[in-house]
Amino acid sequence: MAILETQNLMKDFGGFVATNNVSLELREGERHAIIGPNGAGKTTFFNLITGHLLPSSGTVMFEGKDITGMVPHKLVRLGVARSFQRINIYPRMTVFENVQVALIARDNNHFNLFSLGEPHNRQDTKELLELVGLVEEAPEIAGELSYGKQKQLELAIALAENPRVLLLDEPTAGMSPQETTEAIALVDRITKDRGLTLLFTEHDMGVVFGIADRISVLHHGEIIASGLPEEVRNDPEVRRVYLGESLDGEGH
Amino acid sequence: MTSPMSKPAMLGCLLVLIALAVIPLLGDKHAMDVTVEIMILALFALSLNVLIGYSGNVSFGHAAYFAIGGYTNAILLTSYDLPILVSMPVSVLFAMVAAMFVAWFCTRLTDIYFAMLTLAFAMLVWAVLFKWRGMTNGDDGFVGITIPAFLDGRIPLYYFTLIVVAASIALLWLICHSAFGKVLVAVRENRTRAGFVGVDTRRMRWTAFVVAGTFAGIAGSLFALFKSGMYVENAFWTQSAQVLIMTLLGGMYSFFGPAIGAAVLHMLEITTNRYTEYWPTVLGGILLVILLFLPDGLVGLAQKVKNKFSGSGGAR
Repeated sequence: MAILETQNLMKDFGGFVATNNVSLELREGERHAIIGPNGAGKTTFFNLITGHLLPSSGTVMFEGKDITGMVPHKLVRLGVARSFQRINIYPRMTVFENVQVALIARDNNHFNLFSLGEPHNRQDTKELLELVGLVEEAPEIAGELSYGKQKQLELAIALAENPRVLLLDEPTAGMSPQETTEAIALVDRITKDRGLTLLFTEHDMGVVFGIADRISVLHHGEIIASGLPEEVRNDPEVRRVYLGESLDGEGH
Repeated sequence: MTSPMSKPAMLGCLLVLIALAVIPLLGDKHAMDVTVEIMILALFALSLNVLIGYSGNVSFGHAAYFAIGGYTNAILLTSYDLPILVSMPVSVLFAMVAAMFVAWFCTRLTDIYFAMLTLAFAMLVWAVLFKWRGMTNGDDGFVGITIPAFLDGRIPLYYFTLIVVAASIALLWLICHSAFGKVLVAVRENRTRAGFVGVDTRRMRWTAFVVAGTFAGIAGSLFALFKSGMYVENAFWTQSAQVLIMTLLGGMYSFFGPAIGAAVLHMLEITTNRYTEYWPTVLGGILLVILLFLPDGLVGLAQKVKNKFSGSGGAR
């Protein structure tokens, strides 16, 4: 059964159709990549799923429940977490606090005005930082971390919510090849360990073919192919869209 | 700013508290009056900082809650002959309810729209106080408050103010360092991200607004007792601007910064008024200096100097 499903999702920005009739089924436990050239509508599609944008028509379903346009803070409670393409952390707080805040919110303590915040969720925070390899950086100011480490931190924040579905928008954007390899190994390990369902966008084909169970290709807001990596790789339409680009999974 | 109080800070608080307790023994009436006013203004500025520093929402209308607290206390004591044990809690409650109502509208907006709406509501409050002559005495001011017998006199009033202000600041400190306070800073830092860890950011901002308004109400109700009167100017936008400048001068990214800003600005005002009538000009100059050279206020400056001398530069 599909854990997350979009049905005929459409977004029209005053005449420009960014997402056109997209129906996608995300099966529980699978790792699904959305690929497509720049401007294909990948981020818009994500924003439609997570309620940051309202679709012009169509629906988003989570476990058979209509979640179209649901505000993020409610969506998170259902078990959908996401990371953002551009870094999204709390830059002036410490690394530790960045994760701790997510845990305080998860445990519904964020309206607790009269108990000191410091002692909350210390152990869980430490464990999550261990998981993403940021224990030593815990007392540092998050905004001063390297780019790759900020992305790791964002992953820890997303995981703090104990999600069942994780949406990662270009998890390796802007990373060096070394950082990319590490980040992907991390995502690979964590999603396997926790049995997470993963939906991610990515432009690095090495990454995509390395961890995706299924791939969907967006082009001009429409899905032109969807299936197993092998099927997508050999699809003539996909080859035409990615004219001249390597789809052989060696990265670039 | 988000870790519990350090040992030096605790010692500092204790010393300030002792100094404040000793001042009346010196017998200098002027010093006592100045200190009482500073204590009240410090609470007022600290209350505003829950909104500005901690939640990241600038209010141009914070005087409204100060005035509501003050006028309510004045009117209940004088026109209705109620005991202070009733009038003060009720005046704080009025400020709180007003903040709840206004915050419900304002938190639908963000940034400059939020700020302008706080100003609009504050102007409404001012207009009501100005026009409702039967109740407030309009622009003649509500003067001659019936002060309860046990507070009649400079010294009792001084200690009463000290106790209420100290208790209020302690409570504010707890709120700012609570689980709520920590998440509130996250909302300030990144609303989108906070929303996506399950935080209802609008409700967080609403709560911060209500906390700020409530404590401003306490400051206002004390102010009415101290001045033995309330004036429409206390609700005017210039009063909102002044408390905003105090907060910025002290430093909005530090809990105690605004209290320091309140003390410094008030002393400067008194000193300036002794020599010239151009206080607003001086105030404008101070604002320029803060905006251009002291983005993190006096506390930020002190920290920078400290870092320079300790040679690390990295410590915060």
